[in-house]
Order: sequence, then C-alpha cells, then structure tokens
Amino acid sequence: MKTLVCISKAPDTTSKIAFTNNNTAFDEAGVQYIVNPYDEWYALVRALEIKESVGGEVTIVTVGPNEDDAIMRKALAIGADKAVRIDANPKDAYFVATQIATYAKTIGFDMVLTGKETINYNGSQVAGMIAESLGFPLISLASKLDVEGTTLTLEREAANGVEVVSVNAPIVVSCAKGMAEQRIPNMRGIMAARTKPLEVIPPAACDDLTTFATFGSPLAKSEVKMIDPNNMDELVALLHNEAKVI
Amino acid sequence: MTLVYLHTSNGMSKSAFEAVTYAKKLGNEVIVLTAGNADANTLATLGSFGAQKVIVNRAIDGSDEQQVSTWVCNHAANAENILFLHDVAGKAIAPRVSVRLKAGLVAGAVALPEMDQTIKVNVFSGKAFGFVKVNSQKRIISLLANSIAPEKIAEVCPVEEVNETIESSGIKILSTKKPEGNIPLPEAELVVSAGRGLKGPENWGIIDDLASALGAATACSRPVSDIGWRPHHEHVGQTGIAIRPNLYIAIGISGAIQHLAGVNGSKVIVVVNTDKEAPFFKAADYGVLGDAFEVIPRLTEAVKRFKLNQ
Repeated sequence: MKTLVCISKAPDTTSKIAFTNNNTAFDEAGVQYIVNPYDEWYALVRALEIKESVGGEVTIVTVGPNEDDAIMRKALAIGADKAVRIDANPKDAYFVATQIATYAKTIGFDMVLTGKETINYNGSQVAGMIAESLGFPLISLASKLDVEGTTLTLEREAANGVEVVSVNAPIVVSCAKGMAEQRIPNMRGIMAARTKPLEVIPPAACDDLTTFATFGSPLAKSEVKMIDPNNMDELVALLHNEAKVI
Repeated sequence: MTLVYLHTSNGMSKSAFEAVTYAKKLGNEVIVLTAGNADANTLATLGSFGAQKVIVNRAIDGSDEQQVSTWVCNHAANAENILFLHDVAGKAIAPRVSVRLKAGLVAGAVALPEMDQTIKVNVFSGKAFGFVKVNSQKRIISLLANSIAPEKIAEVCPVEEVNETIESSGIKILSTKKPEGNIPLPEAELVVSAGRGLKGPENWGIIDDLASALGAATACSRPVSDIGWRPHHEHVGQTGIAIRPNLYIAIGISGAIQHLAGVNGSKVIVVVNTDKEAPFFKAADYGVLGDAFEVIPRLTEAVKRFKLNQ
C-alpha cells in the first residue's frame, strides 16, 4: 500500500486561544503546536500498522510555512518514511485540499488518510474535498480499516449506527477514534527522523472560496449555582423554570 | 433558490425541520432534495417549515455519498444556497459539492448570516467562534444541529417522486451495527454523562435510570471508554465526539480541558461531583457537591415526580 497521510498542526489543548490584528487572525504568541491528534493517533498510526503488516510506504504531507517542519519531524519520528511540505500558508479547507490533491495526482497513492477534523477549525472538509478532486471514493469518519490485497474493509459512522463496508483502492479515508492507539516515538525514531527526506514543494494556483472575516471568544460563563444535594426537586424546578431545558 | 439536501432514510429528525427553517429564513424559495424510500406523506410535512417542494429520488438510497453529491450538483444550477446538515451525511457530501461547483463551504454554521453575509461557526473546539465569508457566487452551508428552533409557518407541500439513476462509488455496505442506546448521542437534546467517579461499569444502572427518566442519551468521559467500561461511541470530548445538547449532566467527571472541548457548546451544564475543586464546576450552570450514588437516585426520583405532575 502506497499511503499518503495528511498532517495538520494544531495548538496544544492547553494553549490560550486569542486573536490579533483586529480579531482577524489567530494569535500565535506563546502557542505550542502539536500534530493534530486525529491525524496522528488515528490516520498516521493506522497507516504505519498497515505498512508493517502488508508492506508499502507511508508519506506524510502538510500545507504550511517553514516553521511547520518541526511538526513534520515529529510525525516522521513516529515512523513515516518521508515527508512533503507544500510551502504556503493554508487559507481554507479548499486551498489545503487542492494543494494535497495536486501533489497526490503527481505520485499516485492507493490510500489517502486524514484525521476526521482538525481541533482548530473542526470543519471536517478536507478529506471529502480531496476525494472529489481525485475522483476517489471517500470513507468518512472511519473507525476501522483492514487491507487484503487491494480490497479494503472499513467500519464507518452512519446515520443509523456503524456500517461495515468494502471498497477497492484507491480511496480517501477520514479517520476517527477506534482506528489505532497512540504511539509515543522512541529515541531511535527521533534520531532517524532527522535524516529522513523532507521535500518542500511550491503551491499550485488556487482560488479563495472562503475567508474568515473575524474571530471572537465566547462570553465567560456566569457563576455556577450550587444546589443542596438533599434537594433535587429544587434542581429539577430550576431546570424547568429557569433554564427551560426540561 | 435554496436547495436543501436531507438524509431521510432513518426517519425525519428534528434537525431536518431546523434545516428547512434555516433555509426559509435565507429568504428564497426552498426546494428539498432527498433520496430513498421515506414515505411521501412524511416528506410533505417539510412544507410546514417553509419548503416549496420536496424532490425524492427513489432510484438511489442515500447511503452512497458520492452518488448523492452528483445528484445534488445536477439540480444546483439555479441554487444560490445549498444547505446540508453538519452530520454524518453532510460532512461527506458538502465538501464534494463544494469542489465540484467551486462554491465556498461554511462548515458547521451555528447561526443565520449576519448583515454583512458572514456566517458564524465554532472554532478551536468551541473555545472561540469565527465569521466566514464566502467569496463565490454560490454558497454552501452545513448547519450544526440545535442551532435554530424549527418554525411551523405553513401546511404540507407537494412531493415529486423521481427515478434518476446515478453511477455509484463502488463502496459496498456489508452490514450495519445498530447502536445500543435508544437515542443517538449527536442528536440528543438531553445527555447524562458519567466518568471514573462511578468506580466501575457495574454502577451504570443509576445513570441509565436517570437517562430513561429524562428521556436522555448516555455519554461518558475518555478514561471510561478507554478502559472499556463503556463503548467508544459514547465518548465525548476532544478525541471522541463533540455534542451540544440543551442539557448536559456530568456525573463524576472532573472536567479536564479535553473533555470540556467536546461539551462546551451545551446550553446548560449540570455537574455532580464529590470534589469541590473539580474544574468542571467552573464551566457549569448548576453544581451539586455530593456523592453520585446518593444524589443521582434522588435526582431520578425528583425527575419522575416532575414528569407525573406535568
């Protein structure tokens, strides 16, 4: 299996979320970036497991500036064979998907894996957009992926439960919980990552379909109202009369 | 014209009515597209929320998202807006339609467009929001459930049944595992959730009792699903699923930032915990400091009394 895993950076969960430039851009000051957890724990680790069992090669790709090489080295330390960074600031999901699909077309992959969404923009758009651009079937929100020859068996979230599906490569898969367990890179992996190839390629021309005009932060929650643990009728009354949720 | 695609094979959910209400408020004529064998009389009820017409394609069943994308694009020539729900189907279909039509997608809209036509979405797992501007002529929106109240404004509408065959994606569905709970978690308006404070899977009876008294879905924290006390699909949080019910009752969950990221869109949060320092109390509207094994059965009885008097 020749697999491409799409990697995005995301702020560490404990990062302070603030905006700058009149609330038009994310304030990166003091932000620690990590590999987006869905891309790492589920997409990348499963791709590596498949490579270890049936052979093949795992390439990781991201769309981002110079600084993102650090994130790619982290992902290489977990075990990917090589990395590609498309040298551009990601504008929106369509831009990212167009860049990745353009690159993927030049190589030809059996599988393109993404996390089900990033934890910063939560759009769940990139996998479907890549699939459409490549003309591949998409298995969205997959929690299991097994390979036998060129036939893939997957489990995916469906409106009425979990569907078991089968499909032939090439495909695009967006990966959710259940795919794999988190892997902690070991010292050998970290050392090896330093010398693995990290190719930088220029972006393709692409229209801006969407723009974030402004950002904002939710208002602080009002003080919690504590209820006497012996008086649950009061809680029920508040939920009915005050909160109006039951 | 505003085109709305709805997945109706599993019946009509409240979010379908929300989508049609939202579409109507965009101001144009609303046409609903759907696939599968949903009953025509049921589909006609979408007229009450503002649909002018429902077109149902009996030749496809809606489970093949690639097929649905093609079909929606075939009808999109005159559409200014194309609306989906930001659910399992919408997440797979809307991005494809966006690429095919080269139309900007606002994924996970939580409100109607502002005066300047930007649309609000949640970002950073609910820790912030943003306003998205679409730069293309056509606009695609996927609407997050529970973002708008359905409004009945008219009577039933005509339903046009068509048989348009579309090439399939080649994905074969081998089987479907039905979820164990009665109410699917992402759509639930009331959710009862528990964590390690419950001490073991054998103690979930009190959670199930409260959930059934309320008519709520059940959920859990990550450690609980990781150690196998509860199934993975119940895990809400950063790496599980994100939900935004009207009421979220968190029992024996400390409220780590990763968990809050999955539930901070809830309208009202109730926290029950024995530890007064639990960070979850800071995110809660109502708090109960006490032992779940005493408090929850008491709460269940109080809910039952309340329901009897309704």
